[in-house]
Order: sequence, then structure tokens, then C-alpha cells
Amino acid sequence: MLQVISLLLENKPGALMRVTGLLGARGYNIESLTVARTTDSALSRMTIVVDVDPPLRKQVIKQMNKLVNVLQASDLTESPSVARELVLMRVRSTMEARASVLKEAEIFGARVIDSSMEGFALEATGDSEKLDEFIDVMRSYGEIEVTRSGTVAVTLEPRKLRLSSPVPTGAPKTTNTPTPANGVINA
Amino acid sequence: MSNLMSGSKILLECLAREGVDTMFGYPGGVTLPFYDAMYDHPLRHVLVRHEENAAFAAQGYARSTGRVGVCCATSGPGATNLTTGLVDAMMDSIPIVALTGQVSTKLMGSDAFQEADTFGITRACTKHNFLVKTLADLPQAVHEAFYIASTGRPGPVLVDVPKDVFQAQAHYVPVTTIHLPGYKVHTDGHAGQIRRAAHMMWEAKRPFIYAGGGIIASNASGELKELVEILDAPTVCTLMGLGALPADHPNFISLPGMHGSYAANMGMTEADLLIALGVRFDDRVTGRLAAFAPHAKVIHVDIDAAEIGKNRAADLPIVGDAKRVLSKLNKILAELAPAHAAINADGRKAWWGQVRGWQEEHPLAPEFSTSEIKPQHLMAEIDRISGGKAIVCSDVGQHQMWAAQLIRFNQPRLWINSGGLGSMGFGLPAALGAQFANPGKLVFSIGGDGGFQMSIPELSTIASYGLPIKIIVMNNGYLGMVRQWQELFYNNRLSSVTLDCFPDAEKLAGAYGFPGRTVENPADLASALQTAVNEPGPYLLNVKVSPFENVYPMVPAGGAINEMVLCDAKPVAVAQ
Repeated sequence: MLQVISLLLENKPGALMRVTGLLGARGYNIESLTVARTTDSALSRMTIVVDVDPPLRKQVIKQMNKLVNVLQASDLTESPSVARELVLMRVRSTMEARASVLKEAEIFGARVIDSSMEGFALEATGDSEKLDEFIDVMRSYGEIEVTRSGTVAVTLEPRKLRLSSPVPTGAPKTTNTPTPANGVINA
Repeated sequence: MSNLMSGSKILLECLAREGVDTMFGYPGGVTLPFYDAMYDHPLRHVLVRHEENAAFAAQGYARSTGRVGVCCATSGPGATNLTTGLVDAMMDSIPIVALTGQVSTKLMGSDAFQEADTFGITRACTKHNFLVKTLADLPQAVHEAFYIASTGRPGPVLVDVPKDVFQAQAHYVPVTTIHLPGYKVHTDGHAGQIRRAAHMMWEAKRPFIYAGGGIIASNASGELKELVEILDAPTVCTLMGLGALPADHPNFISLPGMHGSYAANMGMTEADLLIALGVRFDDRVTGRLAAFAPHAKVIHVDIDAAEIGKNRAADLPIVGDAKRVLSKLNKILAELAPAHAAINADGRKAWWGQVRGWQEEHPLAPEFSTSEIKPQHLMAEIDRISGGKAIVCSDVGQHQMWAAQLIRFNQPRLWINSGGLGSMGFGLPAALGAQFANPGKLVFSIGGDGGFQMSIPELSTIASYGLPIKIIVMNNGYLGMVRQWQELFYNNRLSSVTLDCFPDAEKLAGAYGFPGRTVENPADLASALQTAVNEPGPYLLNVKVSPFENVYPMVPAGGAINEMVLCDAKPVAVAQ
């Protein structure tokens, strides 16, 4: 079974590389990965779906939590959470089949975002298995082109976010000379 | 208040604020502005002869003092040459900060001369790394680097600085605080867990302490000694932990594991409580994990939560700094002693009887011959001269194992070796760093003829700074450890392990302007070593030892640690 990992991390260059590097170094293949800024633009939320051997899952989470840029890594696989994926699809269909395509799209809750003589562009969200079915059904109407977003997930139970406090810089035996608040350099 | 300064000068200022007095490095094109600023700055820059050795020397400095070691290299090849030293520091949790130059920001990504993706390459070689693209970010990054390197589980941190950042000018205002919200350092262990651990310890009949590099990293030797004495438990120190408990302490057994003593490995196998302190249950210690310490409950104290349960499940985990955890634990143990110490006292007395029996049965004793110098003889002589007090920097291989078995270390930070990564070529540059950090101390570098030849260029550094390092080469004419495995497990088909040309030691050292000698008669060994030690400057002593000696005891790869091979051609499987 796939593991779903949710990470809150600093929105900094290299942060993504640290997380994926940790999985890559262990030879794990990432099934999907999504990342975007949170309401706080200094932070990103990442959802990773990855095939990790169950005995090693805790270890992977611990190693992720050790990364300096990661504020919190949690395993959502077996905890209350919801996961969704977005599919954008172009489906070609004959004039005769257009009505059936639309009906089918409606069943899956998909929205039409573009319509042309060749067919439709559709947008659907749902859990990944449901989207697999949707894609299979649409394929039967004609040639399709699909882009999937990968899974995004959110936990349903509040988790305490433990953050470290600021610390003074310098060698342990620093002098007490007052210095201006956190240094800014004006080039 | 503030004044206009170059990035180079600001970097030096930040280093000074971190208390850096020495840096090991090698200049190059993009670090020219930085080296120019060093020209009239009090910070001492030690010019090594290869960047890899700058990282090893920084480690020697860090391992022997506990302070952050600093190394510096230019972009491209300079940075890639550092990587072995970085991974080595990562594996052994050694605090070093590496500064690398990078091509100017406008050239980055253009395959510029001496450009390499240092930030990408060293991502996997460091605890954390920084690419500083603007001068405004430099002080913050440097202070964060030192903080990350030296706190929690220590490790290497790299700061990559493009040439134009060195050259830019800015008003410098010192950074007084840093904030790393996601960097969690666990220091205090859980009070309830510590109390439970104390109870488990008094309830045990066959307690056994397994102490590692974490004790040394957290300067917890005093607390370890106190624990050992309150509980009166037999104690092993791992290859990374030698010296954590004085070797002449009656409770000290030896190192455990692949080349550990019979008593150490039998003790672990038969213990009912394994008290694991600052260790990571490395495969070289545990042997076949499924058969490791099969009767023992495990108390595991480590500052790194990811080490808990990584290899061996802990019955009682305590995440915290060894020094803090042990000082609390010792208090509770002492409190509980009046009511609890007597309960299993008889059992523990019998346990000591068993352990002493194993020690007598197969002691780690040196071997001597009148016709050739046995490697063990060499280590016994170094031990005699050191008296448990000298710094010994070892390379990697057979000599490392014999040194670890036979040289006593009565204090922490005396035994310096590449444990986790096993990097050949480590010993000599590490000794260089250790001698700079400890100018008045006797420092031995012990290498094999293989590893020594990997770091021969540093003889030049040692000579030019007049470092009084006693360079001992245990010369058996082979890559001994590989030869041993080929003999034992590959039908003695000796493939590419013969080192049949070794330079004349007297001429080699003489070429650098210091004395050297080759010794091969066992009767001359003691006086030759004494001459080396008496020499006020460096000395190269090439000791020709018996070529086919093997390191025993030995746990074959994949074996359980109580299945030791104790001597040549007489495998002894010890059942319980």
C-alpha cells in the first residue's frame, strides 16, 4: 500500500530537493508529489505519495522531521484525513457521442472547461481510484489526453505544531555589548 | 555603528564571532577575494595540500576539542574534493563547517570555469547546506551553519559563497539571533522515561552498558563514569566511544562488535538489559541483527529520535542529550539504591563472575615474536609510551582495529578515527588538525602502508608548520584488511592488495627535512619509538610488521557476534 505523507516546510530553494533526496537515496519511487505555498507565504505544504515498505515508514517520517527546512512531517496513511486529486482531460468525441460524454462527465461530477468541434476539455476531482475509473470510461469514447495533479491531502485531526524559538548567535562566551536587533545589511 | 565592508571581511567577522581561530583550506580562483581579506586578519589559515585533507584536518580539530572545525575550498574541484571529508563527518556526527567558493551568481548554471553544483552535490553529504546568493543573507547563513553543526546530533554544514558575494560591499550589522523554526533539538529526556529506566536498571540481573560516540559528543564522560559506578555494570565503548570511560577503569571491557573482545560480545549476547547510550546499533557492532543481544531489554538514549528503533527496537527509548539524561538518571538511581540495590545484588555478582571468566578465557592480549615485529607488539609499545594520555589518530584498516583493541584511552577525545565511513587517508590529516588544536600534546598518527600513501602530500604541511606529529606506519606490504578477507573468504586469492613498493622512510622524511627511520627488528622497536617521541619535531617511523597477521577476534560478515573466529584456522562457534 502507498504511504501518504504531508509536510509543512519552509518555502526556500533546495527544500524540495532535501525531501525528495531523502526518498531517492533509499531507492523509493515517488508516485506523486504536490507542493504549493500556504497562507503564510514563507511556508509550503507538500503531499507525497510514495511506496515505502511498511516497517520503514516511521523511519522515513523521522528522517524528514530532521530536515532543517521541515517544520512538520506526518504520515496520513492510517490517520483520519481526506485526499483528493485533480484531473484535466481532453477527450475527442464524435458528434454522435457528445451527449453521452457529457452525461458520463456529470455522473463523475466533472466540469466542462472547454468545448470545441473535436470534443471537450474536462476537469474532475476525487480520490485517485474514482479518477482512474473516470479516465477508463472516457477512454471508451475516443482519444484522450490526461494530466493528473497528484494527490493533495489534509489531516482531519488537529496536530500540534512544535516550533523552535530564536537563539542567540556566536560562540558560547559572547560579550554583552548591546547590538541592534537582528542584523540587516543595506548593500 | 556600522561601516561599509566587503563580503569577505563580513565572513571573517562572522567566523570571529563564532570563536574560530584556525581554518584548514586551499585557495582558488573564486575564493581570491576571501583569501585577500585573510591576508591581514588574525584568523590562522592552514594551507593543506589537498582539499579532502582540509576536511579531515578540520575533523581532527573538532574531534580533539569538541569545537566546530572549519575548512575552506574553492569552487568546482575544490568543493568536490571536500565531499569525502563531509560524508565522513556526517557518519561520525562531527561538527565541521565547510566554506566553499562558487562562481559569480551571474555565471551560475552556465558551465563556467570550475563550476560545480556544490549545493546539489553536498545536499546528501551534509546535515544542512546553504547557497548564499546575496550578501544580505551571508551573516545569517554562517551563524546558522555553526549552530546546526554544533547542536543536536552534530554534523557537517556547508556554506557555498559565490565570488560576487565575497566582493560585494555592505554595511555590516552583526546578527545576534537566528531562528530555525523547523530545527528541533531534543536535549532533556522525558522525566518519566528516565525514572522508568532507573527502575529497569536496578531490576536487571545482567546489565550491560554499551556506550558510544554520543557520550563523547555531549561531553558526558563524567556522567557515564558515575552511572557505571553506581550500577557497577560491565561497560563496552564502541569504536567511536573509546575513552568515554577510562580504559583502565575496572568496569571497562573493550570495544564490542566485529573485532571486539570475546568478553564484550559474549556480554552483549547474554545480558538481560542493554543500556545503549549515544550509539546507533551499527552493523559492525551488532553483527546479525536478529541474533543480537537476544535476551536483553534495551534502554536506548540518543539525541537523534530517528536512531531510536532504526535497527533495534528499544524497550525504553529516551530522546535527549546524554549528559543531561545521565545526570538526571544518576540522581534517581542513587535515590533508589538503598531500597533496590540489594534485590538483585547476588545475580549481578554472578554476572560479573561470568564476564570476568570470559575476559580470562580469551583476553585481548598482544602477541610478540623475536623474529618479526607483530602488529600487536607495535600497538602495545605505543600504548606503553602513551600511558592512556596521547592523542592517537588512526587511519582505516587492520592497524585501526589493533590500535582500538590494544591502546588504552583514559580520556575522551584522544582516539580519533574514521568509524562510520572508514575513509582511508584520514589519519595523517586528522593528526594535523588535532596537533594544531593541541599544540602541547603528544599526537600519534598511525596508518597502514596503504592509507599513509593516500595522504603523503600532507608531510609537506606537517614539515612546513613544524608539527611534532609522530607518524607511525604499520607496514605489512599489503592492504591488510582486504587481504585478510581475501584469505578468509575468497580462498586466499590475493587480488590487487600487494603494496610492493614503499618509499625509503628515512629518505622520504629527509626530503621534507625531518627525520625518519625504518625498523623491522622487534628488539629495536621500543627504542625506535622512544627516539621518535623524543624528537622535538615530526618523525616518520616505518615499522615493518609480519605481513600475514590477521585481526582477531573476528565476527564474519552476517554472523552473530557470539560466533567469533578467535584465531587463524581454528573457527570457534560459541553456543550459549
